[in-house]
Amino acid sequence: MNHDAVEKKVGLLGVLIALVISVGGLVEIVPLFFQASVTQPAPGIMPYEALRLEGRDVYIREGCYLCHSQMIRPFRSETERYGPYSLPGESVYDHPFQFGSKRTGPDLARVGGRYSDDWHRVHLLNPRDVVPESNMPRFVWLADGKIDGALTVRKMEALRKIGVPYTDADIAGAAAAVEGKSELDALIAYLQGLGTNLKAGT
Amino acid sequence: MTSGWSLFVIILTIANILACVWLLRWTSKPRTASEKIGGGADTGHVWDKDLREYNNPLPKWWLWLFYITVVFGLLYLVFYPGLGNFAGVGGWTQAGQYEQERATVEARAAALLAPLAVLPVAELVNNEQAMSAAHNLFQQNCAQCHGSDGGGAVGFPNLRDANWQWGSDADSVVATIAGGRVAAMPPWAAVIGEPGVEDVVAYVQTLGGQQADAAKAAAGQVHFQTLCSACHGMAGKGNPLLGAPDLTDDAWLYGGDAAAIKQTVMAGRNGQMPAWGDKLGEQRVKLLAAYVTKLAAGK
Repeated sequence: MNHDAVEKKVGLLGVLIALVISVGGLVEIVPLFFQASVTQPAPGIMPYEALRLEGRDVYIREGCYLCHSQMIRPFRSETERYGPYSLPGESVYDHPFQFGSKRTGPDLARVGGRYSDDWHRVHLLNPRDVVPESNMPRFVWLADGKIDGALTVRKMEALRKIGVPYTDADIAGAAAAVEGKSELDALIAYLQGLGTNLKAGT
Repeated sequence: MTSGWSLFVIILTIANILACVWLLRWTSKPRTASEKIGGGADTGHVWDKDLREYNNPLPKWWLWLFYITVVFGLLYLVFYPGLGNFAGVGGWTQAGQYEQERATVEARAAALLAPLAVLPVAELVNNEQAMSAAHNLFQQNCAQCHGSDGGGAVGFPNLRDANWQWGSDADSVVATIAGGRVAAMPPWAAVIGEPGVEDVVAYVQTLGGQQADAAKAAAGQVHFQTLCSACHGMAGKGNPLLGAPDLTDDAWLYGGDAAAIKQTVMAGRNGQMPAWGDKLGEQRVKLLAAYVTKLAAGK
C-alpha cells in the first residue's frame, strides 16, 4: 500500500490532518457567523448601560462564571426553575459571552428582578446571612471598590469598535452614570438586568 | 439559514461521507497478491531491528462496523434536521420536543392544581397534597430570602412568627406574594439631625419595652408623634396597609438594639418583596399563601 508516502512526509500529513478536522468546524461553526438568529439582537435586547457594563466586568473579574452559568437550556426542568430558555440573540452584545460551563450555584441568565437589591447586597457580602446552606464565597471587598468612569468610557468606545451600537450620548453620559458607584452597586445593577430585556412571548 | 449556506452545509456533509466510504474502500482493497492475508507484504515499519508489521486489510467484521456507521449517519440525516435547511422527514425539532415535554408536565400539574385552586386558603392549609406542592414551590422561590425553614434573616421577614408586616388575612398575603411589596421608611437624619434621631430611638426603645434614657425618650416622643405616627400610628402599633411595623412588640426586622434602630431611622429602609404573580401564576401563589399562613401558625 502507499500510505507510507503519507506517513513519511510530515508536511503532507499535516495538510491532510488539517483538511479532515476542519470539516466539522466549516459545517457546524462557519455558517453561524452569517445567520441572523445568532448575529442579530433578539427583540428588546439592548447594549449594557454604563453601570451594568462595569458590573459585568466585576462579574468576570471575580470569576462568577466559574460557578454560575447564564444559559438556560430548552429542557422543561430548567425552564421550570429558571424561566424561558436562552436564545442566541440575547448574547450578541456580550463580549465575551458568559454562558459558563458549570453550575455550582444556580443559573443566572434570568436572575434579574428575582430578588431585591438589598438581598443582593447582603448576599454578596456574606451569602450565609440570608442562605445558611450556601457555599458561595464572600465578596466583602466589592463595597470598597470604586468604579473609574474614565475607564468606562474607554471600554464603551472599544465595544463600539467591535459592533456594539453605543451612541455618542451613551458614551458621553457614561462617566456620570458610574460616578461615585461602588463595584457592589455595579454588580447588583448587572445582575438585576439579567434576562429582563427579552420581550415576552419571543 | 440562507439557501447558499444551506447548500454549503449539504455539499460538505455529503462529500465528507462519500470521502469516508472511499477511504474505507481504498485502504481495505489489496492491490497486489502480496497485500492479501498471508501474502507477506509489510508496512515497512521496523522496530527493534527485526520486528515488522504486516500490511493486511482490516478484518471484515471491523470494516463492516465502519460501513454501518456510514449507513446510520445517512439515515440520521434523512430523519433528523442536519442537512442545511432540510428539516428531516421525522419532523423533529428541539423546540418541538421541549414544548411536548412541557405540555405533558403542565397537564399533570393542571390536573393536580385545578381541584386545589377552588379551595379557600384557610382550607388549603390543612390539605396535605397542597402543602406538599407548596413546600417545593417555597424551597425553589422563597427560601433564598426567607430561609429554607421560613425563619428569615436580618432584613428579610421571619415567616414563622405571628408578625405580619403587610397583613395576615388571606387576601393580603396573596397580594403580597403576587404583587410584591416595597416598604418606604424614609431617612430622617436630614430632617431632625442625629441628636433628634437618637431621641426617637430612645422613645422607640421604650415602646418596645426596652430601657432607655427617659429625658431623651420624652424628647423623642414629640418627634414621633409629629413625624413617625403618620405610618406607625400614635401608639406605635403600626399599619399593615402601609407595611409599617408594630414597634411595641419584640420583633425587629433590622435588629432591635439601639445601634440598629438608629441606622434604620437615620438612613431609612426600603425592604422589597419581589412580585411573583407573573412568574408563578394565580394558583401557585395561592398555595404559597396557604403555606406561609401555616408556617406562621407554627404548624
